[in-house]
Formats: sequence, structure tokens, C-alpha cells
Amino acid sequence: MMDKLIFGRYIPGDSWIHKLDPRAKLLGTVIFIGIIFLANNWLTYLLLLAFALTAIRLSTIKLSFFINGVKPLIWLILFTVVLQVLFTGGSTVYFDWGPIIVSQEGLLNGVFIFCRFVLIIFMSTLLTLTTMPLSLTDAIEYLLRPLKVVKVPVYEIALMLSIALRFVPTLMDETEKIMNAQRARGVDFGEGNIFQQMKSIVPILIPLFVSSFNRAEELATAMEARGYKGGEGRTKYRKLDWVSRDTIAMLGYAALTVGLVVLRK
Amino acid sequence: MDKIITLKNISYQYHDTDDRPALKNVSLSIEDGEWIAIIGHNGSGKSTLAKTINGLVAPSQGEVTVGGLILSEENIWNIREMVGMVFQNPDNQFVGSTVQDDVAFGLENQGVPRADMIERVKSAITRVKMQDFMEKEPARLSGGQKQRVAIAGVVALRPQIIILDEATSMLDPQGRQEVLATVKEIKEKANLTVISITHDIDEAANANRILVMKNGELVQEGTPEEIFSYGDQLVEMGLDLPFAEKLKSDLRDRGIAVPADYLTEEGMVEWLWTLLSKK
Repeated sequence: MMDKLIFGRYIPGDSWIHKLDPRAKLLGTVIFIGIIFLANNWLTYLLLLAFALTAIRLSTIKLSFFINGVKPLIWLILFTVVLQVLFTGGSTVYFDWGPIIVSQEGLLNGVFIFCRFVLIIFMSTLLTLTTMPLSLTDAIEYLLRPLKVVKVPVYEIALMLSIALRFVPTLMDETEKIMNAQRARGVDFGEGNIFQQMKSIVPILIPLFVSSFNRAEELATAMEARGYKGGEGRTKYRKLDWVSRDTIAMLGYAALTVGLVVLRK
Repeated sequence: MDKIITLKNISYQYHDTDDRPALKNVSLSIEDGEWIAIIGHNGSGKSTLAKTINGLVAPSQGEVTVGGLILSEENIWNIREMVGMVFQNPDNQFVGSTVQDDVAFGLENQGVPRADMIERVKSAITRVKMQDFMEKEPARLSGGQKQRVAIAGVVALRPQIIILDEATSMLDPQGRQEVLATVKEIKEKANLTVISITHDIDEAANANRILVMKNGELVQEGTPEEIFSYGDQLVEMGLDLPFAEKLKSDLRDRGIAVPADYLTEEGMVEWLWTLLSKK
């Protein structure tokens, strides 16, 4: 049960996409989410879909992983689609009942929104499946670097992110242990109505909260003992290498953008 | 031999309102290359004492000298470079996301150039025999392995002193063995000074000298042989009895005359079989 919750769900591999610089992947995903709003007809959506499928193909990860990524959000997507279908007016109306109007435009819009959601999920899933969370924090640190000018503690933010990620499995283990300890004392998780269920979470959260603070304090002491005194004057062990492969990926995005601009209505 | 650490009349209180100070007028000196074990009950001040050495705790009174430098605000970071510390909880000192990142953390803090860093990380990890786990995340390591990584993190910084603050207390017997063997080997090779705070008799037995703390005071000092000969009082001092001593006290209870001085396990075997063959 716990494994499913671990975000990132990185799948190790050796594909072209895996080997891309995390900065290229992160930047690419952001660009993709941006330019998806350029698409407004069948051709442009087909082009985006072809692009996404090619990327997925290159990652050698099974399509089912991506479809699974859509599942948890499917109700949200359908809800948005239904709203779009029911409340968009247009020239060709199929059904009209008070405020509810089903029109050709509405249906089309619904389909497009559905595609847009699925494509965004596909591409962000591709990012998390092929990039180690750690590399991702490196990329975030690098890409946020300009913000240092306005005194944003970019280095500290990156360190916080990577420590948070590092402690996810540790805290998961601890949660499991606390839950077992509470079960042994007769607490029934997932029983009763919503209020009872929420109440049974409290004896998990409080010990977890307390121990997290203890951990934080010990970690801070350990970091200090190892000479940590803030981001100033530190060198970095991890290094990101931008190679021609990454430039090619960026050119791919440039071509996609041009394609969308040309094909859109 | 040179004195590498000198504590002079150290006192410390966690809160002003505490009626009992954590450390009360403690003075001691440790020689270069010595292995010191500090034993004592929980709350006896042994961890606090260790933390004064690298300035994690600033004593309210007294003077700490490490490697010829008197500990002060100005040179605290120099002293921390000389003193490596391994803590109790393997998880709460693992900063990096993988083994190699964690070992590199201290080097990054010191601003070691990357080329140097790669080499030092690799050799430190090889020293603790974790080279097959370079890319592994902490969640995939055992407690003993995590502590060995912590030791590698210390070794990479090339300190002169290594403090083990109950570093083996959360480990299973095998993990404890692994860690102790690693420390022993590194100590020999790099001529380190080791200070280990422990409840474990085997760990204390490795020391040249054992210090016993009680209520913030240094109450006993001696070689392992001297200290272990206190027998039943060892438990009061905060140590678990060694197997041979437990056996001895059980034999005494059955009315068998046993030698008063401390016996190692081998010495015990020797004594046992000669005892019977003499009859």
C-alpha cells in the first residue's frame, strides 16, 4: 500500500530519455504544458499526441504505466469535461434545456480538454518515471539559479527538497510501525464512518510529528558536526552535463512549437 | 606522546533552571592515537561531554583544547574539521540521497574541489567496504551499513579524532561487529584517536582507557582490565556484564571459588579446564 504513495516512482533504465539531462527534461515538460494551450484543432492535438507517444516510445517504458498515471485523476477530468460539454453554447445545438446546452462546439471542446489533460499527465509521468528525484532537485536548483539575484535561498531550497525526498521512505516505515503499534492496542483503521476514520489518524500523526521533530534536531546536529554552515562556499559533488542529446531534445520542442503555430486555426 | 584533547574544569547546564548540571567540573586529557571509551548511565553526561569536544555544546565554564587550539567562536570550524562524529541513529545522520552523496556532504561543506572530492569519496567508501553500494539509497541499507557510510563520511574528511556517540547501540550484533571492525581497521591505518561512548562491553574492551561518568562527573578511570574487575558494579556504571563475568558470578553463587581478577573469555576457558584437570 505504501509503495504506491511514493511519488516519483522512478523506473531505472538506460533509454535515450533516461539519459537526458534532468534540466532538459524538466524544462521540456514545462514548455510542453505551456504550448499545449496553442493547440485548438484536430491537427494540432494529433501532432502533440504523436510527440508524446514518440517520447514514451523512446523511454522504452510500457504505455500501461502512463495510463495508470491518468487513473487517479480520471474523475476530475471527466467532471471538467462534462461541465464543458453541458455549458458551452454554439451554433449547432443538439439539446437545449434551460441553462444546459449540448452543442457541437461543447462536445468538441470536451474532447480537446480530455486530450489536454491526458497529454499533460503523460508528459509529467514521463518526467518522473525517467528521472531520479535527486536529479530533479538538481535541475530545479539549476533552473532557479537566476532567483539568487533577488536573494532567494535557492541552494537551501534544493537541499530541503532533497532531504525531504530522502526521508520519505524513512517516514513511511515509521508510519507503518506506528500503525502496527496502534493496531496491537486495538485501533481499527479504515473502520466506521468518516469521522471515526479521521479520529483514528490522530494517534498516528502525533507520534509521527513528534519523532519528525526529533529527527530534524538530530539531523541538524549531525549536519553541523560535519561542517555544514549554509550554502556559502560549498562545492558540489553532483554535476549536470548538458550534451548534444539535450540540445536535440530542446530543438525537438522548438520544432513542435513551430508546428503548433503553423497548424492552429 | 602529545595530548590531542584537553578538557579543563568543564561544567555545563542545559537550562539555567536545572538544579543538576549535565557536566560538573570535568577535566581530562586524551593522547594522540588513544582509544578511549566513555561509559555511564543514560543522563550521566557522557554524550554532552563528547559534544563539548567539537563545540556542539558550549560549556558554561572551563576550557577545551583540541589539537593545540583552544575552542572558541573563531576556530570552531577548524576544530570540527579535526573531529569527526558518528551518532546513534543511523537514519538521522544520513543527509545525502545515496551513499556517495552522503559521504560527499562533508567535503562539499568544506568546499573541496570536485575532482578531489570524487577521489576521496571513492577511497573512503572503499575503506569501509561499501564500494558495491555507491548508488544505493539509505532505505536499502541495513543499520550497520548506514553506520559504515557515516564512518566513511567522517574518514573522507581526514579528521584526527573520531567520536562514536553510541554509534552501535541501535544495531544488531552483526552490525555492531561490522562497525567495530571498521573503526579498528581505520584507526590503525590512519592513526586516529577514537572516543567511543558506549554501553557495549565489547566496544569498551577495545579501548586503551575507560572513563566512567556518573551524574555529570568523571568518577572512575582505568584500563579495561582494571574497570572490568569491578564485576557486579559494572552494571551500576552503565555497562552490560561480559559473558565471562556473568558466568563467574553464577559459579560463585553455586559455591565455587573463582579468581577475583578479570578474565577474558579465553582466560575463562583456560581457568575452567585447568580447574577440572587439577582435581
